[in-house]
Amino acid sequence: MKRGFAPWADPSQQPLVRFDAVTKRFGDVTAVDRLSLDIYEREFFALLGPSGCGKTTLLRLLAGFEAADAGAILLEGRNIDGVPPYRRPVNMMFQSYALFPHMTVAANVAFGLKQDRLPKGEINARVAEMLALVKLERFAHRKPHQLSGGQRQRVALARSLAKHPKVLLLDEPLAALDKKLREETQFELMDLQARLGTTFVIVTHDQEEAMTMAHRIAVMDHGHVKQVSPPADLYEQPNSRWVAEFIGDINIIETVVVSQTGDHAVLETAAGRRFSVGGVADAGAQAFMAVRPEKIRIALTPPLGGGLNHVAGRVVDIGYLGDMSIYKVRLDDGSVMRASLANARRGSERDIVPDQPVWLSWPPEAALLLTK
Amino acid sequence: MRRLSVFNLTTLAFGLAFLYLPIAILVIYSFNDSRLVTVWGGWSTRWYAVLLHDRDLLAATLNSLAIALASATLATILGTMAALALTRFGRFRGRMLLSAMVYAPLVMPEVITGLSLLLLFVAADVDRGFSTITASHTTLTMCFVTIVVQSRLVDFDRSLEEAAMDLGCPPLRTFFSVTLPLIAPAVAAGFLLAFSLSLDDLVIASFTTGPGATTLPIRIYSEVRLGVKPEINAVCTVLVAVVATAIVMASLLSKRGAAAPGLPGR
Amino acid sequence: MSAFGGAGKGWGARLVVIAPYAWLFALFLLPFLIVFKISLSQTAIAQPPYTPVLDLAAGWEGARAFLDGLSADSFVLIGSDTLYIASYLRSLEIAAVSTALLLLIGYPLAYAMARAPARLQAVLVMLVVLPFWTSLLIRVYAWINILQRDGLLNQALVRLGIIDEPTTWLATDAAIYVGMVYSYLPFMVLPLYATLQKMDDSLLEAAADLGCRRFKAFWAITLPLSLPGVVAGGLLCFIPISGEFVIPDLLGGSGQMMIGQTLWSEFFANKDWPVASAIAVVLLCVLLVPIGAYERMQVRRFEEGR
Repeated sequence: MKRGFAPWADPSQQPLVRFDAVTKRFGDVTAVDRLSLDIYEREFFALLGPSGCGKTTLLRLLAGFEAADAGAILLEGRNIDGVPPYRRPVNMMFQSYALFPHMTVAANVAFGLKQDRLPKGEINARVAEMLALVKLERFAHRKPHQLSGGQRQRVALARSLAKHPKVLLLDEPLAALDKKLREETQFELMDLQARLGTTFVIVTHDQEEAMTMAHRIAVMDHGHVKQVSPPADLYEQPNSRWVAEFIGDINIIETVVVSQTGDHAVLETAAGRRFSVGGVADAGAQAFMAVRPEKIRIALTPPLGGGLNHVAGRVVDIGYLGDMSIYKVRLDDGSVMRASLANARRGSERDIVPDQPVWLSWPPEAALLLTK
Repeated sequence: MRRLSVFNLTTLAFGLAFLYLPIAILVIYSFNDSRLVTVWGGWSTRWYAVLLHDRDLLAATLNSLAIALASATLATILGTMAALALTRFGRFRGRMLLSAMVYAPLVMPEVITGLSLLLLFVAADVDRGFSTITASHTTLTMCFVTIVVQSRLVDFDRSLEEAAMDLGCPPLRTFFSVTLPLIAPAVAAGFLLAFSLSLDDLVIASFTTGPGATTLPIRIYSEVRLGVKPEINAVCTVLVAVVATAIVMASLLSKRGAAAPGLPGR
Repeated sequence: MSAFGGAGKGWGARLVVIAPYAWLFALFLLPFLIVFKISLSQTAIAQPPYTPVLDLAAGWEGARAFLDGLSADSFVLIGSDTLYIASYLRSLEIAAVSTALLLLIGYPLAYAMARAPARLQAVLVMLVVLPFWTSLLIRVYAWINILQRDGLLNQALVRLGIIDEPTTWLATDAAIYVGMVYSYLPFMVLPLYATLQKMDDSLLEAAADLGCRRFKAFWAITLPLSLPGVVAGGLLCFIPISGEFVIPDLLGGSGQMMIGQTLWSEFFANKDWPVASAIAVVLLCVLLVPIGAYERMQVRRFEEGR
C-alpha cells in the first residue's frame, strides 16, 4: 500500500500544504527558522525530532493557534495567514485529547458539527458514523472520565475527524498509551488513514512510531528540517551525520577521502586505517564513514581474503536484548564500535565472550559516506 | 491509611474548640431568657420576637442584603473578567499594573481603602448612600473573585479552549460553551465570597455611607459599642445561621467538583 | 500566545481587559492620588472640610492658587507629635506579636491537618474556613460576651478556683491578641496547610532511611520546605492587622490607640481630613515593603510553570 504512492516525486503534483520560509520566534527563541516544507494530499506525514525542535510549533502554526513572524503557509495554494483557527478546514487531535469533561462522548463528537449549524439529523448520523468508525457506539452517552485511556484517545480521534478536515493534525496522539496499545493503535491509525484518504500530519518524538506509520518523515532540529524522506531512505540514506545518529544506532568514524574510483571512495582514518565505501566525495575532503551495527559481521577469525573494511578488537561488553545481542568492541586505537547479531536460534550460547579478540567486517555497500 | 498521632489529634481538638466555642456560646446565650446577658435565666426565644419589631434593624438588614446582592453580582462579572485578562491574554501593556491593582486590595488595611474611596466620592461630588457603598464593596470583593477564578483558570487545560476553536467555535462562544461551564464552581464560590464579605463589612461602609443607608454591621457596631445586649446575640445568631445554611447548600450543590467555597488563599 | 490570542483584537476581548482595568483604576488607584493630594491640604470649616479646592473653572489661575495652597503641615504634625509616632509603633508591635502568636498556634494546627487521613482533610479545611464566613464583627462580639468582667471566662476561672476575684480581661492587650488570633487564624493556617500538604511523604521516609530521627527530620526537612507558607501566612496577617480598626476598638482599652483607630478618630471625631489622609499615606509607606513582597508572591504563585 505504501509502495507506489509518491506524489512528492511527481513535479506535476500541487502540494496540499506548503510552508514557505516560515519563521516563528518566542522571545529570543526561534522555534521555527525559515522552514520550507510541502505536504501532499492523502499523505501520512510525520514530524519527528527531539523535544524543543519546533515540531509542535509547526503543527500549531498550521492549526492557527500561532501566527508566523515571517513566511507564508499555503493550504491548497491559498495563503491562510490571519485565518483564525475556527475558520480553518484543518482539525487537531490534542496530546491531552482535550475532551470536554462536561459533555458526553456523543456531544464531544457533535461539537464541531454544531458549530457549522448542520441539521440535527445530519449531525446525529455523522456522530453515529464516527463512533462506529472508532468502535465506541456503546459509549455514546458516557462522560470522558468514565472511559479508559485508549477509549478517550479514540473519542478524540472521532471528534477531530467528524468535520472531514482537509488535514488532520495529530500531536503525539499515542504518547499517553502503554506500549502494547500504542503498537495496536499505530496500525489502526494507518488503516483509518488509508480508508478515509485524509491527509494526516503527526508530531512524534518516537522514531519507531514515525517509521511504522508515515509515508514520509521530516526530521527536525532547532527549528530546521534536516531531512525529508520515506522511512527506509531515512534509515539507509541519511544525508548527514546528525540524521544518521538520530535515527537508530550507528557507528561513525572520522576519516579523510584518499581517492575516488567509480562510485566508490577510499577513506583513511587518522591512525592510517583504510576503508572502501560506496559514495562520491572529493579527494582530500573530510568525511565520515557510517555503518549500522546490524550490518557488521563479527567473527573470531580474520575475514578470508583480507580486503579493506575490517578491524580487529576485543569485546568489552555484551548487551542481551532478547531478539538480538549487542557487542561493544574496543579497537586497537582505543575507539569503540558496536555490532549486533540477531538471536535467531534459541538458547544458543555463542562463542563470543567478554575480553575475547574478534574481527569486525562489512562490505563497502553497507557503509555510508557522509560529508557533513 | 494515615493515623493521627495523639499530639496532632489534641492540636486539632483545641484548635477547632477555639474556633467554634465563642460562636457556640453566642448562639446559646441568644436563647437566654434573662436580660442580663451573663446570667442564665432559662431558655427563651423572646429576643427573636423583639428583633421582628425593630424597624431600624430590619431596614438595615434589607439595605445590607441589597448592597451585598448588587455588589457581589458586579464583582463576579468584573472579577471574572480580570481573572481572564490575567490568565488568558499573555503579556499586554499595563498587565503588571492590573495584577498589582488586583492583589493589593486583598491585604490593604480597610481604613485606608475606606478613606480613599470616600475622598474620591467627595471629590467627584457623588451623593453618598446605597450606590457608593455598592461601588466600594464591588472594588474590594472583585479582587477576591479574581483570585478564586484565577486559581481555577491556571489549572485549566487550555487545550480545551483550543480544541473548541479548532472545531470551528469562535472565541466568545468558546467562552460560554466550554470555559464558563468548567469554571462555574469557582465563579459561584467567588460570588458567595463577595456576598458574605459585603454583608460583613463595617469599616468601608462606615466611610462611604450616606444618609438613609445604614447597613447591618454599622447598626450592630453602634449597639455593641454601648455594651452586650441579648437582642444583638439574637441578630448575630440569625446571621450565622443564614451564612452556615448558604455554605452548606453551596457545597451540596457543587458536590461533584472540589468546589466547596474555601478561603481562596487570601 | 493564548487561545484567545487570535481574538486579541476583537471588541469582546478588549472589554474583558478594559472593564476591570478601568474600574480598579477609578476606584482603587485614583482614590490614593486623592488621599495624597488631601494630605497636603489644610483643614477648613467648609464643605468639603479642607482647602485648597482645585477650581478647574478658574483655569490656569485656579491651578496656581491650588498649588500655592498646598502644604506639608499635616505631615509635620504627624512627625512632631509623639502621639502619632507612638500609635504607629504600637500598631507594628501588635501586628508583629499577633503574627508570631498566629504562627505559633497556626503551624501545629496546619501540620495536624496535613497529617490527617486524606478523606478527613477536606472536612478539616472546611471547618477552619467556616468561621471566616461569619462576620468579623460577630466573632469579635462573641469574645466580648466571654471576656467581660462578669463573663463566662471569669465565671469559669472562679468556679475552678484558679482565681478568687474576677479579673479584667476586656480592654486589655490580652483581649486584643485573642481577637487578632481568633480572627486571622484561617489566613495563617490555610497557606501553611497548602505547603505542608503538598510535601512528599517520601522525603520524610528518605530522611528516616538515612538515619534521621522524626523530631530532627521536622527541623531539617519539614520546616525549611514550609517556609513559603510561613511567609505567605505571615504577610496575610501582618499587613491587615497593622491597620486593624474593629478588633482594638471593641476589645482594646482606652489607652494607646492603634493607627487604624487614630485615623478613624481624626476622620470621624475631629473631622480633620488632611491629617487622616496624611496618616493613611504614612501607613501606606510603612507597609510598602510587605505589600510589595506579598504582590510578588501572588504573581509568582500564578505565573509559575506557565
